[in-house]
Amino acid sequence: MNFDKELDAKGLNCPLPILRTKKTLNEMTSGQVLKIIATDPGSVKDFAAFAKQTGNELLSSAEAGSEYTFFIKKK
Amino acid sequence: MDDQKKMAIIATKGTLDWAYPPFILASTAAALGYETQIFFTFYGLQMLRKDLSGLKVSPLGNPGMPMKMPFGPKWFKDINWNIPNAVQSLVPGYESLATTLMKQTIANNGVATIPELRELCQEAEVKFIACQMTVELFGFEHSDFIDGVEYGGAATFFEFAGETDICLFI
Repeated sequence: MNFDKELDAKGLNCPLPILRTKKTLNEMTSGQVLKIIATDPGSVKDFAAFAKQTGNELLSSAEAGSEYTFFIKKK
Repeated sequence: MDDQKKMAIIATKGTLDWAYPPFILASTAAALGYETQIFFTFYGLQMLRKDLSGLKVSPLGNPGMPMKMPFGPKWFKDINWNIPNAVQSLVPGYESLATTLMKQTIANNGVATIPELRELCQEAEVKFIACQMTVELFGFEHSDFIDGVEYGGAATFFEFAGETDICLFI
């Protein structure tokens, strides 16, 4: 999937992946896509909840081994 | 009409472990678009001090706290050091030792530090209000606290809390 920016949130635990994501999205423009890689198992539910509450669209959420990859499109 | 969601927290605890919930929830709420305020009162004022090194954790009288070592081989880390309260209370520096071990565990797990979370709250414009009555009661000066703190009383808290969607006492 194409993306405009990537955020490495590996090794970070709640709530840092969400906070870093929010901060990075603030620096982006509407319609741009952010790729996030995390290792926190709680992030799967957290990113879905973040997208739902902020209106930024979660394009995909995938798990591979102990890594979780999310693509979020900025509102 | 103002449709922005709001959250208010009353933070009353002054230990390292209990400093986490207010700052985690407030920073996350801000990231989710909530307008957020924390009202710090009684021991919660410790979380606003410029120097946060006074925040400690005590396993004394806290049976819910696992005492595990943050270093060494796995079998060693898995041991739960069940030390009786009577011994903990007599050993000098036991609290400082527990705090050092807790900080190491926090770092090992990629959990943010309290100064880091507090800064993230401030960056996200979480409003900090210190209870003026307890500031005086405990003999603090405004200069003991970080910049950007507002000072007020119960009525100040209600002015915002009455409009909130979520209101927590921690």
